[in-house]
Amino acid sequence: MEHGFPIRDLTPIADGVVRCVVEAPRVARHALPGQFVIVRVDVGGERIPLTVSDLDEPSGTITLVVQAIGASTQRLAAKRPGETLADVLGPLGAATEIEPYGRVVVVAGGVGAAIALPVARALAGAGNEVVGVVGARTRDALVLIDEMGSVCDQLLVCTDDGSAGRHGLVTDALSDLLDEGGVDHVFTVGPIPMMSAVAELTRSAAIPTVASLNPIMVDGTGMCGGCRVRVGEETKFACVDGPDFDAHLVDFELLATRNRAYRVFEQCRMAELADG
Amino acid sequence: MAELSKRERMAMSRTQMPTRDPAGRAATFDEVNLGFNTGLAVLEASRCLNCKRATCVEGCPVGVRIDAFVAHVAAGDISAAAAVVRDDNALPGVCGRVCPQEAQCEGACVLGNRGRPIAIGHLERFVADWALDHDEAPEATPPTGKRVAVVGSGPAGLACAGDLARAGHEVTVFEALHEIGGVLVYGIPQFRLPKDIVAAEVERLGSLGVSFETDVLVGPAVSLEELRDEEGYDAVFVGTGAGLPRFPGIPGEDLIGVYSANEFLTRVNLMKAFDPGAETPVYDLAGRPVVVLGGGNTAMDAARTALRLGGDPVTVLYRRTDAEMPARAEEVAHAREEGVDFRFLVSPIEFRGDDGWLGSVVVQAMELGEPDEWGRARPMPIDGMTEDVACDVAIVAIGNQPNPILAKATPGLETTARGTVVVDPETGATSIPGVFAGGDIASGGATVILALAAGRAAAAAIDAWLGADPS
Ligand SMILES: Cc1cc2nc3c(=O)[nH]c(=O)nc-3n(C[C@H](O)[C@H](O)[C@H](O)COP(=O)(O)OP(=O)(O)OC[C@H]3O[C@@H](n4cnc5c(N)ncnc54)[C@H](O)[C@@H]3O)c2cc1C
Ligand SMILES: Cc1cc2nc3c(=O)[nH]c(=O)nc-3n(C[C@H](O)[C@H](O)[C@H](O)COP(=O)(O)OP(=O)(O)OC[C@H]3O[C@@H](n4cnc5c(N)ncnc54)[C@H](O)[C@@H]3O)c2cc1C
Ligand code: SF4
Ligand code: SF4
Ligand code: FES
Repeated sequence: MEHGFPIRDLTPIADGVVRCVVEAPRVARHALPGQFVIVRVDVGGERIPLTVSDLDEPSGTITLVVQAIGASTQRLAAKRPGETLADVLGPLGAATEIEPYGRVVVVAGGVGAAIALPVARALAGAGNEVVGVVGARTRDALVLIDEMGSVCDQLLVCTDDGSAGRHGLVTDALSDLLDEGGVDHVFTVGPIPMMSAVAELTRSAAIPTVASLNPIMVDGTGMCGGCRVRVGEETKFACVDGPDFDAHLVDFELLATRNRAYRVFEQCRMAELADG
Repeated sequence: MAELSKRERMAMSRTQMPTRDPAGRAATFDEVNLGFNTGLAVLEASRCLNCKRATCVEGCPVGVRIDAFVAHVAAGDISAAAAVVRDDNALPGVCGRVCPQEAQCEGACVLGNRGRPIAIGHLERFVADWALDHDEAPEATPPTGKRVAVVGSGPAGLACAGDLARAGHEVTVFEALHEIGGVLVYGIPQFRLPKDIVAAEVERLGSLGVSFETDVLVGPAVSLEELRDEEGYDAVFVGTGAGLPRFPGIPGEDLIGVYSANEFLTRVNLMKAFDPGAETPVYDLAGRPVVVLGGGNTAMDAARTALRLGGDPVTVLYRRTDAEMPARAEEVAHAREEGVDFRFLVSPIEFRGDDGWLGSVVVQAMELGEPDEWGRARPMPIDGMTEDVACDVAIVAIGNQPNPILAKATPGLETTARGTVVVDPETGATSIPGVFAGGDIASGGATVILALAAGRAAAAAIDAWLGADPS
């Protein structure tokens, strides 16, 4: 059976990060900011969640921004336009709640900027004043800076090594913004320690904060329960109840632990890939 | 075979299903039951008394004409038997393998009271497998020009699609996952239901003209309204099944090592994690203690799968006793033969672990009390009696709730407090005209044959509705 989702474009946009434009008309028609797809790169491959970073309904395409950190994402990054992704299922998860909050800070780390971009755009569209805070290890790892700049009223760039923007962490920049006052809402997405640190900062300032979580998933349709996260006193399935949750209630430590469950297996797969 | 007297027939013992050797099979995912050959099938069928009032047929939820097909087998006319079976059951090769026969057809067989009911399931399986090898292309029906969308490709959806296609309607099955078959591919393991059996049945539907679109989550990816107004479907059947695994709601259930049976079985069956080259991981079970919570078919499948991945020991923890276990008798017997341990009258109260990884489960000892509203003895905790059972992996198989996604995305689709879709029990009609539903999404977790029956009933109702529909 001829099946698959044609890749229209695939371009490196930062160190180890590609932008992949793929035909998935049903997703392109319905996806909202914050929603994601489950992709199988090849027949026989695993199912991995990736956020819909952008879409173009007329051409039926969606844009995925992918950091090649493991076996599946590296296979995806090695594809060429004209080839296909075996499966693209979506849109999945609940869309990010977009309301006129007032002044909103969007804090994104690394490839999280790709997830933050449609959210920042929608927040701006809903009349919010949007301040983007985007960080990465180093200049070459920053993604979608121009795009974020064009949708945010103000954009603060941070790098760990000072090679671009402010020398320091996104939480340093956020901390200053909170000191200045006037922040009504925070949205954050990126590495777990970063989101956890953002939540700690805004907790003391009592500013509503939403984090987009990235647990390990299988089906993405609420069937397996593998993506469960602890939020307040409740167990939630991130693929149907999330991926966005109240950052002040999320158990980030548990999320970080659960995401390490298959580390040994993943490293073996990577080693095999490297050996060819 | 010469004509046997009734007396001679009743003296014969039940023909045993040849199985793989328990010691060897617990290391492979190959099918345990090897199937009858023609000789064994004819021998077994010749025991049938051809009762005037065939109680076996009454015991089958879809009324397969067992007396008729078994008589054909006894006469050696497998082709005629296949025609009967095919007519009455959309997935005979599946049902012959997975129906709880002892509670249905075989339970109602008159020979049952002597402990030797006709092996109806094994015979149905034999006939179905024979038919797959000797299949002729099904004849095409003149197209009606009506289009039906079937949502979900489990037994309910497949049975519905088959009947509608035979009636000449153009049918598309939409499935969220990347493979067709629902629980038959992601839940029930290979060693009980080989995937090529399911694939062959699906292929047969394809040759009837049914189209399949995988990777479509109906609701979020396309609404029922869009299917009707924009994609031109005249009616919809919803067979989205059970999803949402239940957890016991006890401390520690988020520890690494605690799986839902759905996740564990999906990783192994759908994602082929048993294959060393697979890209989807499953926790390394080799030489590690595994516990399974529950007593149904799902629990047996999880336990036997864990055993095949090297779990040692693998222990089923069930809160009632042997007698109350809802699993098929054959699965329990096979599990025992293969070396699965059983502990009855225990209920988990806490998972414990270090560094986020599971190390043990604390269980509470139970005793059977008064019957509950279903007449099953209610397990009651015995005060102060708890025990810590070591385990690296715990697989929770205590049931599922209906998959909520489609209902959430479909305003006007009436559901019960439990989340099942409300349907007319005869027709499967829902609160939305032209939308029908059946299977686990309407009944709650049930069986393959009941899902199939609901799919067929809905197909008949949809056919009638389309005939009456002037548009
Ligand atoms: C809702 C959601 C949206 C996501 N959106 C994007 C996106 O837009 N772009 C993107 O690049 N990634 C995104 N991710 C993360 C992405 O799914 C993982 O990076 C991917 O599954 C890794 O697969 P792999 O086989 O390449 O790596 P693996 O070999 O599986 O893992 C490599 C390393 O990544 C870690 N890891 C594994 N799974 C995850 C995970 N789910 N999240 C974070 N780290 C993980 C592992 O612990 C390991 O250290 C998203 C995750 C979720 C849950
Ligand atoms: C491990 C296990 C073992 C079992 N063993 C037995 C047994 O031995 N005997 C027996 O009789 N029964 C058994 N059962 C029960 C039996 O499998 C189910 O009752 C039966 O499969 C229900 O069929 P269904 O068609 O209603 O749904 P399912 O088989 O659950 O199929 C539903 C399908 O719909 C898809 N879907 C859901 N939502 C959407 C959507 N919005 N859009 C598109 N697709 C969607 C799902 O991905 C799935 O593929 C077992 C169940 C399990 C889990
Ligand atoms: S469908 Fe199931 S219950 Fe009916 S005859 Fe076949 S095995 Fe028995
Ligand atoms: S009840 Fe038993 S013996 Fe009688 S017709 Fe049915 S299968 Fe044969
Ligand atoms: S990924 Fe399976 S339930 Fe969320």
